[in-house]
Amino acid sequence: MSENIHQIQSDCIQNSRVTWEGCSVLLDINDGDRLVFARLSAGAKLKIGNKNCSLQPLIGCAFGSVFRVETGTGGEPYLSIFNPSVKGNNIQDIGDCQTADELRDNRVLIDDNKAQSLTGEDINEMRRQGATGDEIVEALIANSSTFEKKTLFSQEKYRIKKQKKYAPKVLLRRPFARSICEAYFKKYPSRIGFLRVDALSLLLSMANVSANSDVLLVDMLGGLLTGAVAERLGGVGSVCNTYLGSTPYPMDIVRIFNFNNEICKRYFSNQIPSYKVCSLWGMFENQGIVRSSLDDLSSTQNGSQEQIAEHKDSGNMKSSISDQISSPVSMEEISIAPENGISDFSHATISPVTKSCRSLKAGEKAQPEVIKLWKENGFTSLIIAAPDLNTWRLVKDLLPLLSNSAPFAIYHQHLQPLAICMHKLQIEKMAIGLQISEPWLREYQILPSRTHPCMQMSAFGGYILSGIKINSSN
Amino acid sequence: MFANDPSKKISFTRCIRDGDLVIVYERHDTLKAVKVCEGSVLQNRFGVFKHSDWIGKPFGIKVFSNKGGFVYLLAPTPELWTLVLSHRTQILYIADISFVIMYLEIVPGCVVLESGTGSGSLTTSLARAVAPSGHVYTFDFHELRAASAREDFEKMGLSNLATVAVRDIQGKGFPDEYCGMADSVFLDLPQPWLAIPSAGKMLKQDGILCSFSPCVEQVQRSCETLKSNFTDIRTFEILLRTYEVQEGKLDNSQGEEGVPLGMRPCKRRQRSSEGSNVLENSTSTVVMARPCSEAKGHTGYLTFARLKCVS
Repeated sequence: MSENIHQIQSDCIQNSRVTWEGCSVLLDINDGDRLVFARLSAGAKLKIGNKNCSLQPLIGCAFGSVFRVETGTGGEPYLSIFNPSVKGNNIQDIGDCQTADELRDNRVLIDDNKAQSLTGEDINEMRRQGATGDEIVEALIANSSTFEKKTLFSQEKYRIKKQKKYAPKVLLRRPFARSICEAYFKKYPSRIGFLRVDALSLLLSMANVSANSDVLLVDMLGGLLTGAVAERLGGVGSVCNTYLGSTPYPMDIVRIFNFNNEICKRYFSNQIPSYKVCSLWGMFENQGIVRSSLDDLSSTQNGSQEQIAEHKDSGNMKSSISDQISSPVSMEEISIAPENGISDFSHATISPVTKSCRSLKAGEKAQPEVIKLWKENGFTSLIIAAPDLNTWRLVKDLLPLLSNSAPFAIYHQHLQPLAICMHKLQIEKMAIGLQISEPWLREYQILPSRTHPCMQMSAFGGYILSGIKINSSN
Repeated sequence: MFANDPSKKISFTRCIRDGDLVIVYERHDTLKAVKVCEGSVLQNRFGVFKHSDWIGKPFGIKVFSNKGGFVYLLAPTPELWTLVLSHRTQILYIADISFVIMYLEIVPGCVVLESGTGSGSLTTSLARAVAPSGHVYTFDFHELRAASAREDFEKMGLSNLATVAVRDIQGKGFPDEYCGMADSVFLDLPQPWLAIPSAGKMLKQDGILCSFSPCVEQVQRSCETLKSNFTDIRTFEILLRTYEVQEGKLDNSQGEEGVPLGMRPCKRRQRSSEGSNVLENSTSTVVMARPCSEAKGHTGYLTFARLKCVS
């Protein structure tokens, strides 16, 4: 029985271990130096160094595969799969020879730029003759007068540095909440409200998000939270993404996740309904709390009021974001992007997505019966990440929509709004188990006789207020 | 217990029934798991609570004892379960648990192997993450411990998501039948390096392994072993700092003798009232937060690694 389930599951797109045409991927170039989100297609190209490579060879490959830029017979660069197990494990060698190495140090090294006898001309000539990146690296090492005098560790460093330049590698990774959050946190933390991956994981746990949950969300982190929650639901359950004001918050990051696509729909036409993402306007109206919440929260009061009237007239629920990826994200734009490592992360990969998002009209509308269910049953979880809104007011309005005994988690990059909110919740006796926590995450370098915490670390990943809603009717 | 059984899902209309597992909340640090049983009573320092009074009430409700004391009745979650479970071993707490689930990229439908089961604190969270179609196979070499864990999962309604087996994973490795089936493997063993080769065989390509060890020497040895078949080897430590919040009364008078300690944090308050030259001699109240004085200083090191992709 379980075998059967697993078989089906392995066909599910969310957990697929092999890429397909149209699949969203994270390309990790040179061990995190550059991170690029891309959508694989026959025409997609990526610029690595000064070379434009087609991403076609990546289609149908296993996630976790490593690619190297090679030069074809006609001189055109192409990505070729690279098997790391072919090469020996340098680090292990280092560990073994380590004692012999202790006598060597850098006392005779002089930084006068004369150590390398190969010129740029020589290297270009090698390339013309079809030398691989690895061969160039070996040649550089052979022609370095100081290489032999270096310690094994700095030899390794030298090799890695040259490898990055002459034999860049591309690691194919799955776009999961973890890798997406890490990539943004590393390159553009402000776009995700400085939410570190450990804080994101705490939010999901503290709010008890799982399949079958009905999660109420306020996501002002570009869609990262929405995507992460949807990932945990696996297509069973619902996400209700609410917003204040007249326009939904940007949800671009959701598109990076590999949710529902054609194959998935085919396999799960019944089991996986599209994630329900809608605005809460209808509920606010019917419960008559729209004014109390808006009057104070919205600076453009008049506009908002009109907006409400409009919604009332049409009697329609507006979906705040569309059903997932149906937009072709062209990779062409990646190759146009400036080639300075970091910036391509934003320009090349994020902006095209933004464009397509705007052009796309809302997809899945929240059906009236779903809204009715939400109203009758209440949500099973609430997560808020709304740095620009008054936390306590928001919680006061949203908590009543939460079913009793349901947990909630509120993220903020500042402590004070959460402290005030927690205090109010205590006074109003709306929740128990209240706690403000801040995760602290430290990475270690683990090497024989050289184990220590990493020299650089993120000092802050955000605050979380968590608690459980209680039945305050008695 | 969890959402995998929609009939047990919490809602405005879902009431406590005979046979339900409820978490009795006295205080943030005093909680207890109780199976509701028509004729039964709960006795604690607040008095005697009749279970029959609870049936038909909604979750999240405050119930009273014969003496007028009260507790709250909550629906169980893995987080609450971690606070109430009986400690048969040292257990993992929420910071480590949530990080492990995220870093192992566990999503609904995944197959996860775990050893040892211990008190089952992590297992409940793993089960929640793989629901509704995935499965957790957890192993412990201690027969009684495995039996207790099995009982617990039964009580929580997790039996269809988590299977407990007795097996010495360090000595014998994982059973062959799971070869190449696992999306992720979690090890919490005294000598994880003995189980790593087997874990590698169980994993799908690019699958992730996590090893939890309290001592750095264990981590060092594990990492040495991981190098042959794994890549992307990273070790973390995660801790949680909690804050207490209180409303403080601040004295706004200036320059007088015997300024109370509470004076210090109100500097900003003074600046904001600079405009008026009337000296406010009244006190004002401010909500303030400070880190709690006590915290866990160490739980364990979490080492993650990805099975190398051989194509």
